[in-house]
Amino acid sequence: MSHQADKGMQAAVEAIYRAESRRVLATLIRLLGDFERAEEALQDAFAAALSQWPRDGLPANPRAWLVSTGRFKAIDRMRRRVRHDELVREDAPIPQAEPDPADAIVDLAVEDDRLRLIFTCCHPALAPEARLALTLREVCGLTTEEVASAFLSRPATIAQRIVRAKRKIRDAAIPYEVPDRSQLPERLDAVLRVIYLVFNEGYSASSGDELLRTDLSTEAIRLGCLLHELLPDPEVKGLLALMLLQESRRHARTDAGGELVRLEDQDRSLWDRERIREGEVLVTEALRTRRFGPYSIQAAIAAVHAGAPSTEDTDWQEIVGLYDILMRMQPSPVVALNRAVALAMRDGPKAGLAEIDAILSRGDLRAYHLAHAARADLCERLGRNDDARNAFRKAMTLTEQGPEQRFLAGRLKRLED
Amino acid sequence: MKYICLVYSDEAQLHSLPDSPDDKECWAYAEKIVESGKLLAAEALERVDTATTVRVRGGDVSMTDGPFAETKEQLAGFYLVEARDLNEAIGIAAKIPPARVGSVEVRPVRQLDV
Repeated sequence: MSHQADKGMQAAVEAIYRAESRRVLATLIRLLGDFERAEEALQDAFAAALSQWPRDGLPANPRAWLVSTGRFKAIDRMRRRVRHDELVREDAPIPQAEPDPADAIVDLAVEDDRLRLIFTCCHPALAPEARLALTLREVCGLTTEEVASAFLSRPATIAQRIVRAKRKIRDAAIPYEVPDRSQLPERLDAVLRVIYLVFNEGYSASSGDELLRTDLSTEAIRLGCLLHELLPDPEVKGLLALMLLQESRRHARTDAGGELVRLEDQDRSLWDRERIREGEVLVTEALRTRRFGPYSIQAAIAAVHAGAPSTEDTDWQEIVGLYDILMRMQPSPVVALNRAVALAMRDGPKAGLAEIDAILSRGDLRAYHLAHAARADLCERLGRNDDARNAFRKAMTLTEQGPEQRFLAGRLKRLED
Repeated sequence: MKYICLVYSDEAQLHSLPDSPDDKECWAYAEKIVESGKLLAAEALERVDTATTVRVRGGDVSMTDGPFAETKEQLAGFYLVEARDLNEAIGIAAKIPPARVGSVEVRPVRQLDV
């Protein structure tokens, strides 16, 4: 084969790696019953592809070829290990390495395997940080270094977290399966929480100067699409819609200097109409099922904003109504705060301020910078400038994000001039 | 797989909270898992102030009054179960009556390397 053709084949293998490696891994984990062994087998299979495909040509079904070869290689490794082991007992089963006819129907089970992988990586018996790291590593195929840089953490820390999680999966026998109907809602909730955490980590970094970390948001949306393809549950639709609608504002959310721009000040022509349309379709589908939950309601709120030409022309009546539903589903101080801000838009700053003061007096949000920032904003609108300044100062002491800090400082300075 | 479910709770409150189980309920639950063939052993323990901690150092046995560690919640009992995987073990643990007022630690049993 010519050098040119070799290069072409290498590019083909790389493309297949990008498109298929996570699927092949997910199936190998099921067949081999072990994450580490499956990863070894995946690497072996692609190494074999690089040496054999240029000679023999591309197989008819590369994915099935890779699964079958990976499995064969893994069993071969196990046999060699067994042979080297002097303590091996007479009755120890020697794994068989004959090609399995079942591999031919591998395509049928492969989507189930991806779903198994997602549910296993997001198992509630694993530590929350481990679920995030494991999902990004195993389901999305990010390298340990990429996961570490996304979370501003050291690669060694992430690697250790992943190793410990895999060890627990193996030693505590966390099953590689999609939970049955009785456990599905609770377990799906854990999966959705992981995806939304990844998204939020990308959307607004919890510390540091980089307000938006595109890669993680994109990964989260990709995960949401994958999950939606495999399990089109109403809340999966709701979460995907919510992420798409928030993401649609990415380019309007910061100015040329990287500074934060509030929703009411954003240039709405910068909103990504394609994403908004996708989000609207999904949220409509979710609401139509009547089995929707909090993610769908939050998406519906985002959709009302997305469809409004300006802050003034936003249907605040509808938004307050949606927050009322959300409060019944998932009562939390943060939801109450957002409802109060919407109420201020519908009924005026005085009504909103009364709500926020009531929430703050209950104590839950006293250390939450956005509660004080919202309070400051309403005080300013009411002409209570002293109260507004104090509240802006309070908010500034409670956030570490650079852009948030500068935004609050700017508001404060305007009041002091 | 074998798992042990270690039941911990604040002894002072174990029997006095609105959700506290009585012995009859605990007995009934243990009977139920016996019938399903998944229970290998289960016992409730006497109060922690009846405990004696034993150590052997250089061949000498020493004893101290009380539990190994002073903690807010104390070991109150255990269930040794046979389960297909962690999900099934968690399912059994979640229905142990004192889980409503205390906590249940689910740990896989390690095969001794012999």
